[in-house]
Amino acid sequence: MNYSDKVMDHFSNPRNVGEIKDADGIGEVGNPKCGDIMKMYIKVADDRIIDVKFKTFGCGAAIATSSMATELIKGKTIKEALNLTNKAVMEALDGLPPVKVHCSVLAEQAIKSAIADYYQRQGLDPEVFVGEILEHCDAHHGGCCACESINEK
Amino acid sequence: MKKIIYFDNAATTNVTPKVLESMLPFYKDNFGNPSSIYSLGRDAYKAIDKAREDIAKCIGADKNEIYFTSGGSESDNWAIKGVAYTLAKTGKNHIITSKIEHHAVLHTVEALFKEGFEVTYLDVDSDGLVSPESLKNAIREDTALVSIIYANNEIGTIQDIDALAEVCKDRGVISHTDAVQAVGHVPINVKKQGIDLLSISGHKFHGPKGVGALYIKKGIKLGNLIEGGAQENGRRAGTENVAGIVGLSVALQDACDNMAKRNEQLIKMREVLIEELSKIDRSRLNGHRTKRLAGNVNMCFEGIEGESLLLMLDAAGICASSGSACTSGSLDPSHVLLAIGLPHEVAHGSLRLSLSDINTPEEVEYALSVIPSIVDKLRSMSPLWERIISKGK
Repeated sequence: MNYSDKVMDHFSNPRNVGEIKDADGIGEVGNPKCGDIMKMYIKVADDRIIDVKFKTFGCGAAIATSSMATELIKGKTIKEALNLTNKAVMEALDGLPPVKVHCSVLAEQAIKSAIADYYQRQGLDPEVFVGEILEHCDAHHGGCCACESINEK
Repeated sequence: MKKIIYFDNAATTNVTPKVLESMLPFYKDNFGNPSSIYSLGRDAYKAIDKAREDIAKCIGADKNEIYFTSGGSESDNWAIKGVAYTLAKTGKNHIITSKIEHHAVLHTVEALFKEGFEVTYLDVDSDGLVSPESLKNAIREDTALVSIIYANNEIGTIQDIDALAEVCKDRGVISHTDAVQAVGHVPINVKKQGIDLLSISGHKFHGPKGVGALYIKKGIKLGNLIEGGAQENGRRAGTENVAGIVGLSVALQDACDNMAKRNEQLIKMREVLIEELSKIDRSRLNGHRTKRLAGNVNMCFEGIEGESLLLMLDAAGICASSGSACTSGSLDPSHVLLAIGLPHEVAHGSLRLSLSDINTPEEVEYALSVIPSIVDKLRSMSPLWERIISKGK
């Protein structure tokens, strides 16, 4: 697996690992069957993400994309965070091997999921702001066998 | 430079100085083509002839039953396709194999399946063993071939090949075994064990890469895979890899001569690793507790993913392997770990350490000083681990 130096850096020294006890929004995406779960915690003040933490079960790319995604949204407005694409996360990491692209999709979805939770807690319909979240295996383009069987059910 | 600890000897091994020395003349002065008539060619032919004889002795075969190939994958392909195509003409188009084969076997039978052959994949028990009874029940009138891996490359489980071969013999079915991980590591005598076809790969016992052999019992008919010149008795064309063949034979002889002593040392190190790693909370050993390769340790650690573990071990100077999906480039974890009944999420967190005689007890000690803290570190950032322990309370 040919990981860029940036991926290795964010894997070896992941930024923003942990939990936020009094988080304003918590999002979790992924599936243990597929081998990756990302959980994101956000703290919001004046429509701005003032703190973000993550916990990830997954491969090197899953940890690195989580780390980079949190760095990219920290201090940003919610609107800006919602505009973060998986492509931007990948570019910031100097690219990902093709089989790892789904990790960046998961990172994007984890942020959206945390923001959706934030809106929910505000009593607002998250779908209006965030749109549909690919919570599980849909993020795996093509999916894995385990996911496909879940989706079929 | 930081010292590298190589615990991935099931992937490949280093060529020993003795093996390398034995090979060099055939790249330099004795570079002749074994098919040539002059003495330079005849010398190369003699070297191959001797290698064939030495290899045959190591596995209890006759010299003219050893055919050189480019390695384990070619041997597997040749054995399976060769028998399948030959016996298909007699109406036999059913192949039996197991769910824990190497991809060289699995993908070969899958390719045959697409061509219209029927395939039965035998289940294994939680230790990875195929039961002779299940094989007996699976054999049909139209069964052409049974191919069962001798020792599994991932979990190290050694099959009761004698019993499986006997079932085949009783029913008149040809038996093949992918013995790539077994040759040079466990005592093999193809005649006594009743094996018809057996695949060998050079680089799993300190021989060179790109060379292997197929044992074909006298009288077994199988078509050619590679057509061309008259090499290998007209059954496998291509100018022989003379240096590789010599290296293969020297390495195999060394492996067989020192097997008992080496395995005793390896088992000592293996047992320390298994015992200590089993102390990690929610860990498990994969594969049979005793019927396993002397140098194989395969563990699962719940709540973490194998590739992350390997990358962290690499940072600590340790080369290891995993049945994790992420290391294979697919999203599914190892088919072997799934076949022994592990749930996907557990199979993702596997670690294979495979030792050889280049490893030392000091290296084992070092690995044991770093693995538990790496597992802890990954678990501390894993939401899956969080889930597991909250359920456990």
